[in-house]
Amino acid sequence: MVVGASAAGLAAAETLRREGYEGTITLIGEEPHHPYDRPPLSKQILGGQWEADRVALRAPADLDALGLELRLGTAATGLDLAGRTVGLADGARVPYDGLVIATGVRPRRLPGDGGERAHVLRTLDDALALRDRLGPGRRLVVVGAGFLGAEAAAVARGLGMEVTLLEPAPVPLAPAVGEPVGRMLAEVHHDHGVALRTGVTVTEVADGGVRLADGTLVEADEVLVSIGSVPNTDWLEGSGLTVGDGLECDEYSAAAPGVYGAGDVARWHNPLFGTAMRIEHRTNATEQGMAVARNLLRPDERRPFAPVPYFWSDQYDLRIQAHGRLRGHEEIAVVEGALEERKFLAAYRCGDRVAGVLAVGMPPRTVRTWRQAVATRAAWRDAVGELVPEGA
Amino acid sequence: MRVEVDVPKCVASGQCVMIAPDVFDQREEDGIVVLLDEKPPAALHADVRESAVVCPAAAIRVVEE
Ligand SMILES: Cc1cc2nc3c(=O)[nH]c(=O)nc-3n(C[C@H](O)[C@H](O)[C@H](O)COP(=O)(O)OP(=O)(O)OC[C@H]3O[C@@H](n4cnc5c(N)ncnc54)[C@H](O)[C@@H]3O)c2cc1C
Ligand code: SF4
Repeated sequence: MVVGASAAGLAAAETLRREGYEGTITLIGEEPHHPYDRPPLSKQILGGQWEADRVALRAPADLDALGLELRLGTAATGLDLAGRTVGLADGARVPYDGLVIATGVRPRRLPGDGGERAHVLRTLDDALALRDRLGPGRRLVVVGAGFLGAEAAAVARGLGMEVTLLEPAPVPLAPAVGEPVGRMLAEVHHDHGVALRTGVTVTEVADGGVRLADGTLVEADEVLVSIGSVPNTDWLEGSGLTVGDGLECDEYSAAAPGVYGAGDVARWHNPLFGTAMRIEHRTNATEQGMAVARNLLRPDERRPFAPVPYFWSDQYDLRIQAHGRLRGHEEIAVVEGALEERKFLAAYRCGDRVAGVLAVGMPPRTVRTWRQAVATRAAWRDAVGELVPEGA
Repeated sequence: MRVEVDVPKCVASGQCVMIAPDVFDQREEDGIVVLLDEKPPAALHADVRESAVVCPAAAIRVVEE
């Protein structure tokens, strides 16, 4: 059984089938939609380039061919580990032999964000609701300048809106991509006419806009709250599984015998980096879904899940791509191109190795070569040499 | 097996090229996928199916014939 019918859950179900499992595969999803893709929501869907049917993860015929027992529009509400059953919102109790938990995350909220003008952006319905309210001359305030907020700000500017981006940190995205790259992204938004205000904390969505910690009101017609997310683990409470920042899993991505976690909800030990991580990126969701399906199918040949994480983000005409682990880096060096040209590749050092790389506008071969350095745990000294660290 | 790519969906991740370099490549200027072999030989089928599942944009479709 797979709980959560999105990127990670579908990859698990598909891999189980593709690799020879012929038994029943029940795929349970809270949303009524067939599995769909989220990254386009803050890009082509919000911008109006794509209609909703473009985001389906699989063509209907391909989904049918998997022969899944699909239970959509039904949330899992409880797990009985000893009895090996999952309880559903409609009262059913469904037995399982093996379980994949792929329930993802939901947006963090702000006080007062229940009103008409307030939005979050996680589901297709969220994206369509926000899209209907975007338009030239209207004012959008985006709370939180993470990748999601920054992408939405870029799209809204493209639609001719007045956009204000509010961020509590001094440099947006600094923990995620480092200060120099964060500063460059801030400049990009500035150049495109976004009013980026850093070092401001929003306390609530209020009548007519958002309220800052100092009491002032920033006026808005629409507000997008993009201040991070919370793992969907409530339904696991009392099950005996360990839940902290997500579902705790080991290096095989197992949470208990025969129970695995995959995707945004799962925190697991990545042996390639020797540390626990929970990753909210699209590619990881698929790769982890596939890995847990294989471990479930072949308990005697289980393999640790040791990926090089990957993400991309599109802002205006820039595509940012990153491989590896950038968080917690101790040094950044621009090793190809130049930040000022907005065409560069930066390497991130952790200890004595290249832990991650981030590229903008670089040829794919160059990016793949550097990804390889991360995958093979290349020593910083050998790969980067003695370049002067940028922004150190 | 026939391979289809939905080029406008591709996000230039390069995953397919890393898994099946004889079937997929990336454009030099923007990293968008290039299909090298629409009807790959049987020896590559497993890798192509893997690419289709892994592709983070769901841009690769395998039609079994
Ligand atoms: C707008 C947006 C843009 C993004 N852009 C990018 C990008 O450019 N690049 C990138 O790398 N990543 C991006 N991401 C992140 C990426 O989409 C996620 O990492 C990915 O969707 C994670 O997949 P998942 O299957 O783990 O979780 P989710 O996609 O969150 O799916 C979990 C599913 O489980 C369901 N569920 C939850 N609780 C229950 C329950 N109790 N019972 C049954 N079902 C339940 C949910 O309804 C949901 O459908 C973006 C995300 C968003 C929202
Ligand atoms: S894996 Fe998909 S998104 Fe990545 S380059 Fe290949 S087709 Fe494009």
